[in-house]
Amino acid sequence: MLQKRIIVCLDVRDGKTTKGVKFKGNVDIGDPVLMAEEYYKQGVDELVFYDITASSEKRGIMIDIVKKVAEKIFIPFSVGGGIRTLSDMKQVILAGAEKVSVNSSAVKNPSIISEGAKHFGKQCIVVGMDVEMDFSKPSGYGIVINGGRTKVDLDALEWAKKIEKLGAGEIVLNSIDADGTKNGYEIKLTRMISESVGIPVVASGGAGTSMHLADVFNEGKADAALIASMVHIDGYTVGGIKEFLNKENIPVRI
Amino acid sequence: MKIGILNYDAGNLKSVETALAYLGAKYFVSSDPYELAKSDKLIFPGVGEAQSSMKILKKRGLDIFLREYFKKGNPILGICLGCQIVLDSSEERNTKCVGLVPGNSKEFSHNMDLKIPHMGWNQVQSTNNHYIFKDIPNNSSFYFVHSYYPDPDNQNAVIALTDYGISFSSAFSVDNLVAVQFHPEKSGPHGLKLLDNFISKTQGV
Repeated sequence: MLQKRIIVCLDVRDGKTTKGVKFKGNVDIGDPVLMAEEYYKQGVDELVFYDITASSEKRGIMIDIVKKVAEKIFIPFSVGGGIRTLSDMKQVILAGAEKVSVNSSAVKNPSIISEGAKHFGKQCIVVGMDVEMDFSKPSGYGIVINGGRTKVDLDALEWAKKIEKLGAGEIVLNSIDADGTKNGYEIKLTRMISESVGIPVVASGGAGTSMHLADVFNEGKADAALIASMVHIDGYTVGGIKEFLNKENIPVRI
Repeated sequence: MKIGILNYDAGNLKSVETALAYLGAKYFVSSDPYELAKSDKLIFPGVGEAQSSMKILKKRGLDIFLREYFKKGNPILGICLGCQIVLDSSEERNTKCVGLVPGNSKEFSHNMDLKIPHMGWNQVQSTNNHYIFKDIPNNSSFYFVHSYYPDPDNQNAVIALTDYGISFSSAFSVDNLVAVQFHPEKSGPHGLKLLDNFISKTQGV
């Protein structure tokens, strides 16, 4: 039986892992390569690195990190943040990443999804969606870009279906409302999107306890769950979370 | 002992390379049949689409090379698309494949409420103690990404099964060929052990 994945997300700025709340105020919390190795030992299923480096001249640091990670951990990992062109994609894939993740750039230029899928295979292309409650939209949710700062006129459900049609292999669904709250994932949103597309959906934003993961798998129908501060800051381990999920009869890789 | 990695532009070989480097194996990457013929063992990796990959293989004479290498008896490890393409044919755009082993690659049914591709970690049940699974606990999980699955005609060739809506052969072996549908290079310590078993196997196959 296909198992539910636990994915640890590392935001990287100028070569250091950072953690922010609601995209405001980041603090450095460690070396991304060492952290990746530690989570690999704990049995994480996958990793995501988001490059939130502001200045373009420092972007080379991220490629070095990707190369170092690829030499030390042997599980899939994806890289996102600032990926706008096929050549950006190629750079991180050649450095050893399994997948690339696009978000704002795909909203501005949806053909990057189909172009990427054509060149590298759909399994390589992950599309991140930052979603906010918006009752003016048919599904009740709208899309925001640029790290949650800019609203765009796009219905979340419609966009998810379009992402699939354009050839993406996976959706990372991030709730801006839940992000940083530690009150749990946005279950209703996750379930709506997951049941409407035929590609895997990764729930993101709001995880504070192991039960929140159980809920998003059981109720939210997520295929994978993204976590960050639970393991970076709050003292949870991937192994501990998996043990809990196993007891809840959720299929996980132990 | 040198391992040849067959490069036919089917996806990223980087992770296979880094895994072999990590295990301390001597390897080289090539798309030249004459160079690859000098290897002691061959890894045939690949992520991609069957028809365009077959076109590239044929253009470079690599389909003929594979059949000769297989006959010669040197160990071959096919991974993912490299596992499907060694069969006779694939339902993926009705492609005639290399044909080392009688069989067909089939598409997962879209009517079973399954997400396709089959992507993520799934359990692999070893069925006959094949050497490639030596010292790996049975039913360990490996990483999969695929929309088609291999179905060799001779069920005795099957060495492992995995469930995804149906039970399919996630690994099979005929003579000197071992083919795995999952990605050992992305499957953590168990995947590395599988690659190490392939690298370290000395006598017979």
